[in-house]
Amino acid sequence: MSTRITYREAVREALREALAADPRVFLMGEDVGRYGGCFAVSKGLLEEFGEERIRDTPLAESGFVGAGIGAALGGMRPIVEIMTGNFSLLALDQIINTAATLCHMSGGQFHVPLVIRMGTGAGRQLAAQHSHSFEGWYAHVPGIRIAVPATIDDARGMLRAALASPDPVLIFEPISLYNMEGEVTEAASAVRLEGAAIRRPGRDLSVITSGASLWKCLEAADALASEGVEAEVIDLRMLRPLDDAMLLESLARTHRALVVDEGWRSVGLAAEVGMRLVEQGFYELDAPVARVCTAEVPIPYPRHLEEAALPSAPVIAEAARRLVGHAK
Amino acid sequence: MRSEFRLPALGADMEHAVLVEWRVRPGDRVARGDVVAAVETDKGVIDLECFETGEVCELVASPGTRVDVGGVLALLEVEASAGPIAAARAPAPSSRPVEPSAIASATAAPPRAAAGRVRVSPAARARAHDLGIALEGIAGTGAGGAIELADVEAAAPPAAAATAPAESPAAPRDPVAAMRAAIASAMARSKREIPHYYLTLAMNLDPALAWLERHNASVEPAGRLLYPALVLKAVALAASEVPGFNGHFREGRFEPAAAVHVGVAIALRGGGLIAPAILDAAGKPLDVLMSEFRDLVSRARTARLRSSELTSPTITVTSLGDVGVEAVLPVIHPPQVAMVGAGSVLQRPWVADGAIVARPVMTLALAADHRVSDGRSGAQFLDRIRQKLGAPEAL
Amino acid sequence: MNREELKAVLVELLTGVAPDVDPAALLPGVDFRDQFDFDSMDTLNFAIAMHQSLGVNVPETDYAKLASLDKCVAYLELRQG
Repeated sequence: MSTRITYREAVREALREALAADPRVFLMGEDVGRYGGCFAVSKGLLEEFGEERIRDTPLAESGFVGAGIGAALGGMRPIVEIMTGNFSLLALDQIINTAATLCHMSGGQFHVPLVIRMGTGAGRQLAAQHSHSFEGWYAHVPGIRIAVPATIDDARGMLRAALASPDPVLIFEPISLYNMEGEVTEAASAVRLEGAAIRRPGRDLSVITSGASLWKCLEAADALASEGVEAEVIDLRMLRPLDDAMLLESLARTHRALVVDEGWRSVGLAAEVGMRLVEQGFYELDAPVARVCTAEVPIPYPRHLEEAALPSAPVIAEAARRLVGHAK
Repeated sequence: MRSEFRLPALGADMEHAVLVEWRVRPGDRVARGDVVAAVETDKGVIDLECFETGEVCELVASPGTRVDVGGVLALLEVEASAGPIAAARAPAPSSRPVEPSAIASATAAPPRAAAGRVRVSPAARARAHDLGIALEGIAGTGAGGAIELADVEAAAPPAAAATAPAESPAAPRDPVAAMRAAIASAMARSKREIPHYYLTLAMNLDPALAWLERHNASVEPAGRLLYPALVLKAVALAASEVPGFNGHFREGRFEPAAAVHVGVAIALRGGGLIAPAILDAAGKPLDVLMSEFRDLVSRARTARLRSSELTSPTITVTSLGDVGVEAVLPVIHPPQVAMVGAGSVLQRPWVADGAIVARPVMTLALAADHRVSDGRSGAQFLDRIRQKLGAPEAL
Repeated sequence: MNREELKAVLVELLTGVAPDVDPAALLPGVDFRDQFDFDSMDTLNFAIAMHQSLGVNVPETDYAKLASLDKCVAYLELRQG
């Protein structure tokens, strides 16, 4: 049985299910209660679960993330919403110096079962201070797991898996996908917090991506297919840990890899993925690993400039053509 | 300085050749452009020219053996300044009339890094190792001439790689089939990579033919011209004047050529086709061009072409004038960027001074690479050819 | 030179012009063009060869009379008177 809903509704359903299933779970963040969430994800939850469990916070990311860590240490299962990835930088100290380290520093005595959800990425004309993609930065840090749900099923299922983790999990929800419609399938109830997924099989090259870029890659793959180039599109899903085994298994079949990332190219996620392919799959490579990333500028506000800065299906397709020697 | 004389790629589709004979012996002095050996390729027996000046030290390959492109044929002792890398990096031939060795080496062998390292993808290297194939001599089709997996697999002996060395010169070989395969490879690559556009132009050939008739009546047979020679000269002149049609498209960009080496498509009687060049056709008087044209056709048909003639064309002309077809829309020979097709000269109604008269009409067709030129310049190019043919005395 | 000698010389010239032609398979009454795919270049070379070895300068307007071996013989006999 399947239902057609938006990505936003899938996340809301996941929150509702978690709140209903476990009294230790509560949601905390800016405007999550009376306003219903900046992106309307938590709309209606205040009325349904009350002020104790749907808590509006001051505009103080470091403070409320710290409160979440304390609650997790105290036995609760907090879900902290940070409006955008840009704002999460105000809570970096709490996330990296505290949440990510306590298990290690306590010799395994203290776990921090905290889930932080945040909006990420561009595409909604929210300009440079609300549109950046920092999931690759967080994936640098040991002690936390980084999840990027790109599909309706993952939006619906990843929260449950994250709440089951004894350690901090950051879920990056691409804000450009909130209005995307799709079906929730039975697979949503079996979502795991590990592993990449092949979203489209192909034999000619592996296109490795995550988040909102997945859909651009699939669009590019359609265009390529009409030219006889079969691209395999892989959704990383988890940026930490990365599913090296699947990437290498795909590379062993296609021998060519294109990494597409909405983050910037320099010192970024795409560099990490590409380097792992080279380190572990060097003898499978039939062409240099290629990257399509966001232009190295703060994300512009005007729509045409924002679109020009981001990876797009035509640019991805052209990079793929070059990689397989079919450049136009 | 000791230098390796390697088998050059005499065309993008050539992978190997059989050494027929040596024309030099150890101890002989050789100069750039000297014919040192004859090799048999899919295009027939080709006289191989030396790239360097020096002394032959050792003949490495013996007649009858198959040598891969890039494989070492002989060792030379050369002057230090004329190293093979310097020669390979030499710019396209200048307007000096004939410099065969420079032309040959400009497209010879797979591109290498300055250190002499062949570009090979890791996967191709691993596969070649598994198959026991030497990478030297495999023609790379990847970016910058890199050898890729598919190149290694194409170079692998069919079926059982482990058994029977395919290098045996006694192995049965069908030259017609081999040439067909070479044409197939080049033409498929052309249609895959080159966005062709086509223009045609019908022209009154009467002034040219009348001039030709007068000229031919006044000379002995050996001095007579055929009208395709006029077409070759007109195309060469137009190509030297209208930019964008003379040169090569390599690694994503157009490299114009300084001189016009016109490739002439020659049909072979046993089947197949070859398009060697008349070097610097724009700079040669008609009678010289005609005698070279005659010589080229007869050597192509007896399979005695020189390596520089096969690797140098900067634009090609095809004529199916003897067969009666109205027009021929050619397929460009990569990495060239244009090809001109001349149809038959046919008596057709023509409007002259408001009256319909019978005239010998020839349809010229241009196939050009849209990455390099556009329709308007293509039209100017065709029109320039027409102007040249309209004033044959100036050719 | 009698007719047979003339024929023998012409066949030799022909194979000189087009070494890929098999003289044994030559049909004297059939046009070279239909037999051997002769083109204008071959015809010109043939005329040059005739001029050089037989001293006969065939004008371009007479090329059509050289179309087959039989026609060549007839033409040359006429020219030699």
